[in-house]
This record gives sequence, C-alpha cells and structure tokens, in this order.
Amino acid sequence: MGRAKLPRKSTNIDMTAMCDVAFLLLSFFILTTKFKPAEAIAVTTPNSVAAKVAPDKDIVMITIDKDGKVFITMDEEQKKEAVCNALNTQMNLNMDVAAFKKAGFFGAPFGLMASFLALPEDQRKGEKLPGIPVLDSTDNQMVTWMRAITDAYLGTKINLLVKGDNAAKYPAFKAVIDAFKKTDQLKFQMITNPESVPTGTELWKKTMSGEKREE
Amino acid sequence: MAEMDTSSSGGHKKGPGVKKGKKLSTRVDLTPMVDLGFLLITFFIFTTTMSQPTAMKLFLPKDADNPEDQNKAKESGVITLLLGKDNNVFYYEGQLAPDGSNFKSSNFKDIRGILLDKKARTNEKDLVVVLKPSSESTYKNVVDILDEMTINVLKRYALVDISPVEEQLVKLSDAAGGASASN
Repeated sequence: MGRAKLPRKSTNIDMTAMCDVAFLLLSFFILTTKFKPAEAIAVTTPNSVAAKVAPDKDIVMITIDKDGKVFITMDEEQKKEAVCNALNTQMNLNMDVAAFKKAGFFGAPFGLMASFLALPEDQRKGEKLPGIPVLDSTDNQMVTWMRAITDAYLGTKINLLVKGDNAAKYPAFKAVIDAFKKTDQLKFQMITNPESVPTGTELWKKTMSGEKREE
Repeated sequence: MAEMDTSSSGGHKKGPGVKKGKKLSTRVDLTPMVDLGFLLITFFIFTTTMSQPTAMKLFLPKDADNPEDQNKAKESGVITLLLGKDNNVFYYEGQLAPDGSNFKSSNFKDIRGILLDKKARTNEKDLVVVLKPSSESTYKNVVDILDEMTINVLKRYALVDISPVEEQLVKLSDAAGGASASN
C-alpha cells in the first residue's frame, strides 16, 4: 500500500566536471614543468659516462663560465659566515655578513666584493660580473678563497664540485685545480651530463658482464 | 492551471503533414576525453625526471717538491696526449723526439683506437697516459679525454702541465693542422 516508489536513476554520470578537473591538472603540469631552472650563470656542462649522481649537500661549487670567469657557490650558511669573517679579517674587506650569507654565488675580485654584494640579487647576472680573477699566476685569488673555505670546513667533509662550460678554456680550469692543490684539496668532482657508454668498448663489456664499476 | 507544453510528445496537435524533427541530445559522452586527459597527466608525471647531473671524480696528485720523489714511469709504457685547438689531439709515445718525428696528430674519434692499440702492446703495469692540455684546449676537451680513460679502462693517467716546447709544437700543428688532421 504505502510503499515508497524508488525513482529510477540513469547510470550515465555527467563527466563534464571530471573532464574539467583532468584538464585543469594537465594544464597545471604542463605549465609548471620547467625544463631547466634559469640560472644566473649560464653553463652548458660536458657529457661523460660517469654514473654517480652529483652530491647536493655540503657542496662548494666552482663554476667556470664560457669566458673562463670563475664563481663560487656554497650551500651552508654557517660556513659562509665563517668564510666571510675570515676573508674580512684577512683582506680587510668590510663585507656585509648578512648580504654574504644571502648571496647565491660570489664572483668578483676582492676589491670589488663589497660592491658586488651591494648589487640587488636580480642584477647579479653572469655576463656582467667580473668573476674571481684566477689567471694571474702571482695573484690567483682562488687560493685565498680556497684557504678560507678549507678553514671553514675544517673537520667536516667538503664536496668540491667543478661545473665548467664546454667552451671554457683550459687555463681557467688549471688555475682552479692549482688552487685546490695548494690548499691540499686533492679530491674533487666535475659535474657532467650523463651519457651512455659507447657499445663495444671495454667499459661497456665490463658493465655487460655485471662487474661493478669503480667510481 | 495553465501550463505550456514544452514536450514534443503532443504530436497530435500538429497537422498530419508536419514532420517531427528528431530531437538530439546536446550531451556528449565525455568519458573518452577524461580518459585521454588522465593518460596525458600520467605521461607527464612519469616522464618528468628531475634533471640529475652526474659527477665525475678526479684525484689530484700531490705536488712533489723533489724531482726524485716524483713517480717514475717506464718510457716504453708512456703515451702522451696533447690537446690542441679545435678539438685536435696530438700524441707521442715515450719521449718526444728532438726533431718531433714521433709527434702525431689525431682527433677525438680516432684516439680511442690509438689508446687501445697502445694498451694491447704494453704491459698493464707500465702503461701510463699523460694528458697535457694546451692553453687553447677547452674544458670540454679535458672532460672528454678523462672520460676516454674511463671508457677504455685505463687505470693510470695523469693531468700534467704542458712544456713550452710542446705548447709551441701544438700551436704550429694547430695552425698547419686543420689540413693534416682532416685527412
């Protein structure tokens, strides 16, 4: 008698909303996928068969751009402070410690460091900057930098990285290596893009036979 | 109550000769489109690899103050590679002859064969590859040649400063070189 009548519902669902969501997500992913983050210093690294992923902690990265200009990047604030203080006392530079800690990279002769740090962040772009002078063999400022860095990292591990541009000339690289040698930093790594091992070579045969590679 | 008839069901109201247009639904089945959308999303998510750079290790030798402390290498086992301008590679085995007769030119493609040939001919213990980049060579050249050491599994190699004589020789060959290197 008093039985409620169940309304018959269609099995079709309105897909419009779901479609909207799907395409919204799709456009979000397409738009946010950055292929390479814009860097202040444009560097195209060479390829190598090295398979080890570059470390990203405790790094001190030396960047050499295509004109052979040298820049330093450090990731740890504490160490940066120590380096800044060491350089200030040693060279009488009057660098602003807070600005030094905030700066992403350093690339100026010691005389110009104060004005380098005074520049707004967005104006510190690779092409216009002087870079750290390294080529003068009597005044390789990289050595002073490396000394300050070595002292700051005393007792802890430094991951020294060199990121060079394909077109950078060898003398700049050599000057950096010399600075490493002078401060007894004999281990470093060069950042490269991965490349597959050419087939038929000895290394290829080794990897094929399952032998572990020495890093 | 007055109601407007919006349904087309009241067919009998129209005249017998008036044909009824078939009413199509404006709804489209969006399911395949959603499928496609999510397929693309998954594709983008899976193919986005964080561009991970790799690192190549290099150990530097400590500078020996005394010439006597330096590592000695057997002359017969040494091959010296000199990197010049425009990706030129020059090489000589053992000591450089005063007249430069054993100074040969090559390039990055052929150097692998030359190194393997040298490796096959010499005792593994004695084989040392000396790399001398000239001031005209680029960072890429240096990394490429170091990579070549890894590829050919050459264990003993050293990055050494170029001597003025060699630098001069490389410069001269570079100038004349395009021609001789290309053929």
